[in-house]
Amino acid sequence: MNDFDLVRKNLFRKPLRTILLTVSIFMAFLIFGMLTSLNVALNAASETGTSGNRLIVSNKINFTQPLPIAYVNRVATIEGVTGVTHQSWFGAYYQDQRKSRFVGFYVDPETYLNLYGDEVRLTEAEKKAFLSERTGVLVGKSLADLYGWKLGQTIPISSNIYVKPDGSRTWDMKITGIFTGAKPTDSTSAIYFHYDYVNETRTFGRDTIGNIAIRSASPDLNDRIAKVVDATFANSPAETSTVDEKTFARAFLKQAGDLNFIVSMVVAAAFTAILMIVSTTLVSAMRERTKEIGVMKTLGFSSPRVLRMVLGEALLLSTMGAVLGLGVSALILKGLAKSPAGAQFGDLSMAPVVAITGLMLAISLGLVTGAIPAVSALRMSIIDALNRR
Amino acid sequence: MSALIQLNNVTKNYRRGKEGIAIFDGLTMGIEEGDFVAIMGPSGSGKTTLLNLLGGTDRTDGGEIWFDGERIDGYSEGQLAAWRARSVGFIFQFYNLMPVLTAAQNVELPLMLTKLSPKKRRDNVETALKIVELSDRAKHKPKELSGGQQQRVAIARAIVSDPKLILADEPTGDLDRATANDILRTLQLLNKELGKTIVMVTHDPEAARFATRTLHLDKGRFVEAMA
Ligand SMILES: Nc1ncnc2c1ncn2[C@@H]1O[C@H](COP(=O)(O)OP(=O)(O)OP(=O)(O)O)[C@@H](O)[C@H]1O
Ligand SMILES: [Mg+2]
Repeated sequence: MNDFDLVRKNLFRKPLRTILLTVSIFMAFLIFGMLTSLNVALNAASETGTSGNRLIVSNKINFTQPLPIAYVNRVATIEGVTGVTHQSWFGAYYQDQRKSRFVGFYVDPETYLNLYGDEVRLTEAEKKAFLSERTGVLVGKSLADLYGWKLGQTIPISSNIYVKPDGSRTWDMKITGIFTGAKPTDSTSAIYFHYDYVNETRTFGRDTIGNIAIRSASPDLNDRIAKVVDATFANSPAETSTVDEKTFARAFLKQAGDLNFIVSMVVAAAFTAILMIVSTTLVSAMRERTKEIGVMKTLGFSSPRVLRMVLGEALLLSTMGAVLGLGVSALILKGLAKSPAGAQFGDLSMAPVVAITGLMLAISLGLVTGAIPAVSALRMSIIDALNRR
Repeated sequence: MSALIQLNNVTKNYRRGKEGIAIFDGLTMGIEEGDFVAIMGPSGSGKTTLLNLLGGTDRTDGGEIWFDGERIDGYSEGQLAAWRARSVGFIFQFYNLMPVLTAAQNVELPLMLTKLSPKKRRDNVETALKIVELSDRAKHKPKELSGGQQQRVAIARAIVSDPKLILADEPTGDLDRATANDILRTLQLLNKELGKTIVMVTHDPEAARFATRTLHLDKGRFVEAMA
C-alpha cells in the first residue's frame, strides 16, 4: 500500500458520490472539449487561405450587400495593385438544402486562379478545362470525397438565393477540376464556378458581385490602397469598405455572433457551477473524516503529507472527469469530421492545444477544489480532531 | 536514571474563555522501561491530557519530557510526528480504524512511515495479526468485525512498527467484561513477552489489575490509592 492507494480508496469510499461528481466534471470538460475544438477549427478554417498581401473590398453597409461589377476595372488601375478578381456568394447546396450546404463562389475564372492559385491547387489540364468550360466547376477534394464526385461528372448545384427564369434554383455544372489546398490539412470543402454562367441565367442581381479581392505589391501598401479604394467610391451609391483578408475573415466569423466570447462564457459558466459543487462536496466529505485525519497524524503522518493526500484526492477526481470528458469529445469530433456538417470545418479534431489546456484546467480545478479541505487538514490539531465525536 | 519516560516539573494549562485552568502544575514522574502502568482517576483529572503529552500529540506549557534519552517537548511538529511513528503505538477507546481499509491494511498503515521493503512489511503485518490472533480476519473491513476484534486490529497496528511505548486510553471502555479481559491479557502478553512499556488509562479497577503498577491521578497530581 502506498499513498496513492490510500488516496484512491478514500476517493471511492462512497462510490455513488464519487461517480456523480465525476459525471458532473465530465460534463464540464465535454462542453469545454467540444466548444473549444469547434471554435479553434472555425477560426483556423476562416483563416486558411488568407494572405498578407490580399485585400477584400466589400459593400460598406454590410459585406453581404452587392457591388457593381464596374468597380473591378476601376480598382485595377490604383497604384500598388498587382491583381484584381471578384467572388460572389451563391448559397450553394447539393440536393438537400439543409444537410448539404457548403461554400460556393461564382468567380471570374482567370483572374481568380491568378490570385488564389496557391489555395486552389490544380493540374495544368484541369485549369485549362475550367477556363474553357462555361459550366465548369472546381470542387474541393474534401467535398468530392464526401459526395463521391468524379472528374468530368455533371452535378446539380442549387442556390438558396438565386432563381433561373424557369423558376428552377439548380444549375448543372461539370466538374473540370478537383483542387487541394496549400497545405494537406487545409479545408477544401468549397466550390468555384463561372460568374458569367450564373450572371446570364439569373433573374435578379445582374452585373453585381459580392466582393473584390486585390493583390497588393506589398503588405506595407495595404493601408494606403485601402484608403484610396474607399475614397474612390465615397459618395457613390455603393460605398466600399476595404480591409486585409485576415480581418475580413474574422469579421465574417463575427457575423454569427462573437463565437469566441460565447464559447468562453459557456465554458466559464459550466466550470463555475462545477467548482461550487465539487468544492462544497469535498469540504463536507473531508469534514466527515476529521477523526480519521487526526488518527493518521497521531500515527505519525506529517501534516504536509496529509495535505498532499487530500489534494491528491481532489486532483485524481478532477483529472478522471477531465480525461473522460476530453476523451469523449475527441471521439465525437472524430465522428463529426466524417459527417457533411463537420466537413465544413476542415480539420475537425481535438487540437493538442485544447487537450493541454483541458488538462491544465483539470489540475487547476483539482487544486482549487482541494485547497480548502487540504489546508484545514493541514492545520487541524490532533487533539481537536480526536475530540470530535 | 534509567527511566524510559521522565517528566520533570511539567505544567499544562487550558484556556477556557478568559481564565486559564491549570491541569498540571509541576508534575514530575518516571516510567521504567518494561513497566505496564495503569492510570486511574476521576473524570477530568487529566488522564487523557497526560497521555497526549506522553505521546507528543499535545504540548506542555513548561517543564521537560524525556523519552529514552531524547528531550521531546521542544520538538517541532514534524519531528514529533517522526518520533511518534518510530517510538509510540496508540490504542484508542473507539478503535479508530480506517473504514476503507481491511484489517491487514489498517495494520500496515504505520509501516507506510518506514522504509521497509514490501516483503518485510507483509511479514510484519502477518506477525502482528498473529500476535492478536486475527490472522483469519486479515481481509475483513472494520465494519465486518466485532468491537473486540476491531480493538485487536488496533493493537496489531500499535505494535507493527515495533515501538518501545504503547499508550492506551480506556482501551476496554467500550467492551463487555469477557472481551475486555481478552484485550487486557493481550496487552499483558505484549508487556511480558515483547517487553513493551505500556501506559493505560482506565476507569475499571479490574483492568488496572492486569498492570504491574497503578497510579491514581486527582486534579493533576498523583495520590495514594484509597484501597
Ligand atoms: N481542549 C481542551 N480545551 C479546554 N479544556 C480541556 C481540553 N481538553 C481537556 N480539557 C480540560 O482538562 C481537564 C482534564 O481533561 P482530560 O481529558 O485529561 O480528563 P480525563 O481525566 O481524561 O477525563 P475522562 O476520565 O472523563 O476522560 C478537564 O477539566 C477538561 O475539561
Ligand atoms: Mg480521558
